[in-house]
Amino acid sequence: MGVSFAHFVIQTLNGIVSGMILALVASGLTLIFGIMDVVNFAHGEFLMLGAYVGVITLAATGSFWLALIAAAGVIAVFGALVYLTTLRPLLGRDPLTTILATFGISLVLQNYALWQFGPVARKIEEPFAGQFTLFYLDYPWYRLIIAGLAGAIIGALWLFLKFGTYGIWIRATTQDRVMAQAMGIPVPWVLTGVFAIGSAMAAASGVLFAPLVGVDHAMGVDWILRAFIVVVVGGMGNLGGSIAAAIFISLLDAYSSLWVSPSQSIIVSFVVLILTLLFRPTGLFAPTPK
Amino acid sequence: MEPLLAVEDIHSYYGKSHILHGISIEVGRGEVVGLLGRNGVGKSTTLKAIAGLVHPNAGRVLFDGQPTIGLPAHRVARLGVGYVPEDRRIFPLLTVTENLRTGLDRHGVSKAKKEELLDKVYQFFPVLAERRRQPGGTLSGGEQQMLAIARAMMLEPKIMLLDEPTEGLMPRMVSQISEIIDVLHRDHVAVLLVEQNVPLTLSACQRIYIIEKGVVRHHAPAAELRVGDPIIHQYLGV
Repeated sequence: MGVSFAHFVIQTLNGIVSGMILALVASGLTLIFGIMDVVNFAHGEFLMLGAYVGVITLAATGSFWLALIAAAGVIAVFGALVYLTTLRPLLGRDPLTTILATFGISLVLQNYALWQFGPVARKIEEPFAGQFTLFYLDYPWYRLIIAGLAGAIIGALWLFLKFGTYGIWIRATTQDRVMAQAMGIPVPWVLTGVFAIGSAMAAASGVLFAPLVGVDHAMGVDWILRAFIVVVVGGMGNLGGSIAAAIFISLLDAYSSLWVSPSQSIIVSFVVLILTLLFRPTGLFAPTPK
Repeated sequence: MEPLLAVEDIHSYYGKSHILHGISIEVGRGEVVGLLGRNGVGKSTTLKAIAGLVHPNAGRVLFDGQPTIGLPAHRVARLGVGYVPEDRRIFPLLTVTENLRTGLDRHGVSKAKKEELLDKVYQFFPVLAERRRQPGGTLSGGEQQMLAIARAMMLEPKIMLLDEPTEGLMPRMVSQISEIIDVLHRDHVAVLLVEQNVPLTLSACQRIYIIEKGVVRHHAPAAELRVGDPIIHQYLGV
């Protein structure tokens, strides 16, 4: 079974592209988990709703960039509201309660989307593709730009966490919530803010990826499964690890689909997940466990 | 003149156990006050109640005339309460400078003021200046204690709550702690010191409260107490 060099290069690119999007989804998830130990099962639905906000804004304004910004903004506010009304009252309880709550929210949102927008997938394509018809001859260019944008958003998050005052507040709260309060950091606002940022990142990934897959009520389910694999393999709460794991898993997925059908290739991800849980439960890319 | 801090008859429970049975303490502006007592009598809980990290079930805490029980801890900190916990609780993955910035980056602090505050602690703790880019978790115990105190000073506190600052430190470091308390005193920062080290507490403080089983048993100017005093012996066993 010979695999041509061109085929290999294309799959490498595909793996990196979906890896970057996956990294964007997973970094929101892992940021939220790291700071409040909440496993947000509704993260995929935030992605899906973000994509719908993108579809609507795009239809109204014709601007992909506006659609991206609107989706991130609307879903950030929505995420903050979900956090304040549903998760904040549950903080400090058994983690199972937040898992059940976010799972419930995800079901509600999925069915809401089905009821509101119907079962037919929508496409975000024309305006964005139109903007890039120059490169239309070379189809992968169009994907690479999306990967670059995802990378830029992750990079901006990293800079914000590393150097910004609010970034220091977030990291301090992640490391010791009680001491952060004693230092005058408004921890309740930090937690709400992080949930909003994580939700916005999910929404942005929804819009960025929508041109490749189409938008329907179930699009979040696919992503959330992969994002969870990535977050576990990368080490729960470890941002750098999640990004490395996202690229790693997506490349594995892409290469394995050279030999098996793409729908079977996700099995490889699960094998990696199971091996990680068995032999290195703190994550493949985690530094020495604390 | 009203005291800077007035703790009035606070009661606190941890689960079912009654930790504080009506503690009352006062600290004047710029005053250095010591809390002595055996382990587990409620000294640390008293400090946490003042810092807003524990919410007493009864009683009042007035800071600068304002009741603070029920305020979120970050609001209490911003009123001017610097808390240095027993286990230091340095943010282990933040660098020394970032640890300091957790208290420094507040609204209403000018850039010049921030630099002045940073310069001041770096001059006072040159070892922190040397290690400013190092993660807090890599510092030695003594250095972490310096950092914990320096970090609380970033809040420009009116009072510093020090919980066993000499615990586990080398003798040379212990004398540095008493120097730090002197400097805070000269800067008119009040100090509420919880300690096991009786000689240091007696020499650093102006007044002493002795606590047993969650209540104040004895209260005296430090000058009236000596190491080996029967009262000290009775309540602390030293």
